[in-house]
Amino acid sequence: MNMIVCCKQVLDPEAAPATFKLDAANNRMVQPPEVKPVINPYDEQAVEAALRIKDTDKAAHKVTVITLGNNLIRDVVKKPLSMGADELILLEDAAFEGGDGFAVASALAAAIKKVGQFDLIFCGRQESEWDDGQVGSGIAEILGVPSVTVAKKVEVAGGQVKVERVTADGFQKLEASMPCLITVSNELGEARYATLKGIMAASKKQPIVWKPADIGLDKVGAAARKTKVVKLFQPVKEGKCEIISDDDLKVAAGKLADKLREYKVI
Amino acid sequence: MADNKGILVVGEIAEGKLAPITAEALGAGRRLADELKEELSCILIGDKVGDAAKAAVAAGADKVYTTEDAALKDYENDAYMQVAEKAAKDLAPRIILLGQTSMGRDLAPRLAFRLGVSAVMDCLELAIDGATKQLLCTRPVYGGNAKATFSSEALPQIATVRQKAMSPLAPDAGRQGQIAAFPVAIDAGKVRAKVLETVKEEVAGVKLEDAGAVVAGGRGMGGPEPFTKELAELAKILKGAVGASRPPCDNKWVPDTIQIGLTGKIIAPELYIAVALSGSSQHMSGCSGSKCIVAINKDPEANIFKEARVGVVGDWKVILPAFTQRIKELTQ
Repeated sequence: MNMIVCCKQVLDPEAAPATFKLDAANNRMVQPPEVKPVINPYDEQAVEAALRIKDTDKAAHKVTVITLGNNLIRDVVKKPLSMGADELILLEDAAFEGGDGFAVASALAAAIKKVGQFDLIFCGRQESEWDDGQVGSGIAEILGVPSVTVAKKVEVAGGQVKVERVTADGFQKLEASMPCLITVSNELGEARYATLKGIMAASKKQPIVWKPADIGLDKVGAAARKTKVVKLFQPVKEGKCEIISDDDLKVAAGKLADKLREYKVI
Repeated sequence: MADNKGILVVGEIAEGKLAPITAEALGAGRRLADELKEELSCILIGDKVGDAAKAAVAAGADKVYTTEDAALKDYENDAYMQVAEKAAKDLAPRIILLGQTSMGRDLAPRLAFRLGVSAVMDCLELAIDGATKQLLCTRPVYGGNAKATFSSEALPQIATVRQKAMSPLAPDAGRQGQIAAFPVAIDAGKVRAKVLETVKEEVAGVKLEDAGAVVAGGRGMGGPEPFTKELAELAKILKGAVGASRPPCDNKWVPDTIQIGLTGKIIAPELYIAVALSGSSQHMSGCSGSKCIVAINKDPEANIFKEARVGVVGDWKVILPAFTQRIKELTQ
């Protein structure tokens, strides 16, 4: 079976809020150079979902990762290879920058068509920069395949894919025909660590790099947007927390409760 | 699509009633429709729509379309898309609004792409640009570390609204509105992803979304026990519910259904007591609408102290029993 996983290199979402600075000229946020980008955590879990299927028969299943961006850091984008993916394709060009969900899904769908053979496509449920959560569904729509979003478990049996989809009050079990696109949520469980052997193997693999012309698109990135960013801004936080203190923490705790009565919230 | 007019809310029915998120979307839609001097309509999809249609009128809709079919009992993308696509084409609205829910997050992007546009997901604010009549959608980005306002020239403009971000109108049973069937012959053969079973994992007691007070724990709780002991005890006294940030869920200390945050539940209780959680932007996205946030954390630099109204710096193991005791005295 051929599986494709779409991964994005993002600013580190776990870094302290203070590390996020506004780059108003380019309508984006940036982080200082010492904060290293990461693979979007949901995308790592999408890789994990594919690898769990590959684990059932390593020789029979192939996992290809596609990453879109510019100035991609090789040891960041190669992480899925060191986890056990077979191949990495980079859609890397300055022209890919500044796209919205529509532009990104269009480019990824074009690349998947070029790969040609696919039974399952995995994406993270959303990426941690624009938190858009529509690229996966968009790719499925462009390719004309079914999609199941926000999955916590994915298995293949009898030529069908069985998915557990997270809902507000539990989950649903779905069954879909293949090819199918699945977006993966954190409930799937933690992604595996890269092994030393995996890192060695990944270091020897060279990613395939495709430019917009290679996937047959004239308009990509900012030029292919359907929506425009009118304004990007950092809301000002008032930060007026009243700290209740006392030499005895238990006394402070009692005072905190009294404060809530004063506020009339209890 | 220069003739697109009006606003269409793709509504949801929960336990036979109009879902709260749909009333919220209708409240926002009413405001926008009045500004545009255009109509607000709502489509309700399901096996039985029943009284939800009247509730949608009471919540602000001028017209309510109902599409009923046994094949629409569960939300299935391929089936609901048949209705949504036909409604978007036949009714030709300028704006389509959905809730940022299990259904909305799944349906909105596919509908947008099928119509050749892009959706704006998880909006906190919606406004109309007076000059262009375009919808301006403001939403959190970068895990809540920034916000962005989006617009688009392509119609229809499709947006999902975050739960509890928009105010519903006070239901007015006297409001006049039309209710009409919008029949769609569902082709079940085109449904490629089918629901086999729906599993509810709701925790006992007050529902997190409805609770007036929420006591939430984070990574610093150290394990599953405090969630069922100390936090549960305090929640019980406050007649509230227990929640968690993401790490306790990822560590399987608590069920995933009590996760509060960007990808978990979005709540806005009167009182939110955050215990041993750092208050990441992703977490705050799920609770920043709370009226009063209280922080208990041993790290004075934790982000939660930038978000809270009042707090104590210190070990929760010392603070919580004394705090709970005093709350008990004050509320009895």
